[in-house]
Amino acid sequence: MSAHSHDAAVHRHESGEAHGTVGGYVTGFLLSAILTVIPFWLVMSGALGSTTLTAIAVLGLGVAQIVVQMVYFLHMSRRSEGGWTLMAFVFTAIIIFIAVIGSIWVMNHLHDHMMPEMTAEDARALP
Amino acid sequence: MTKHVKLPVTDGAPVFFLTEEEDAHGHHETGTMLGFWIYLMSDCLIFASLFAVHAVVGGSYAGGPAPVDLFDLDLVLVSTAALLISSITYGFAVIAMQQGNQRGTLAWLAATGVFGIVFIGMSLYEFLHLIHIGATPQVSAFLSSFFTLVGTHALHVTFGVIWLGVLLVQISQRGIGEANQRRVMCLSMFWHFLDLVWIVVFSFVYLIGVL
Repeated sequence: MSAHSHDAAVHRHESGEAHGTVGGYVTGFLLSAILTVIPFWLVMSGALGSTTLTAIAVLGLGVAQIVVQMVYFLHMSRRSEGGWTLMAFVFTAIIIFIAVIGSIWVMNHLHDHMMPEMTAEDARALP
Repeated sequence: MTKHVKLPVTDGAPVFFLTEEEDAHGHHETGTMLGFWIYLMSDCLIFASLFAVHAVVGGSYAGGPAPVDLFDLDLVLVSTAALLISSITYGFAVIAMQQGNQRGTLAWLAATGVFGIVFIGMSLYEFLHLIHIGATPQVSAFLSSFFTLVGTHALHVTFGVIWLGVLLVQISQRGIGEANQRRVMCLSMFWHFLDLVWIVVFSFVYLIGVL
């Protein structure tokens, strides 16, 4: 039993599949903790002053933490499953980008075409 | 279809199905991990569409309360910490499993479950609190999309905890054989994936929401 599981572990390692170490998890955890505390502190203290700047910082730190967790917790690399996990992820990321950015873009564009100041009386008075 | 296929014969008996070739290491490559990963990617798309909805209608308060009136960031920070700690305890469970340490695996998985339950409890508390003060999903488009998005995530964590409980029983009864190792690795991906989604939730919904 133990010999078999050892073989499996060795094999996983060779194919570049999920195989973490305590050090790897602790590094990922500490980096994630830092990348969590900084955005909360930025927002709660308002240290940056500008709202736009804070929002950009929060998004940037969030992306950084996602990358950290993908590397240290999900063990993603170009080699895992012969590169297919990364391929599927890149495909998904493109779809997400199109869906999210496209929605924001199109809906804001439509919003600009609305006339927010118009009341029901104004609408009836249209030529 | 009248052509007769010559069946491979093993130990005198015909084999009617495709047998998997064991590779040089005597380990099956079943493709389960890749299949589960593709499921996670499709789950990603569900969350992406919910995030897109929240990005579009998240500012439509309809005269109701705004994020800054509702969200308690201290509470969000604590639940984020609970989920992050549960991620690392799951990592330790995987390491214990790869060392063949069944007792350690069970203990770390149980710890993960406790932190997962803490997270769900805090989500439930927040939802009940919001409903209690009248910020229900019916109030505005912002609250509808907030409850849908955060509720979907909390539901995922709930099913993760149920799966975790089932795995605890399976491992304690049958040990950490090949099948249970595969299950633990799949739940590992699921669990870390939920933490990943939560990063986007707390950054985008809570932190940028209250700005």
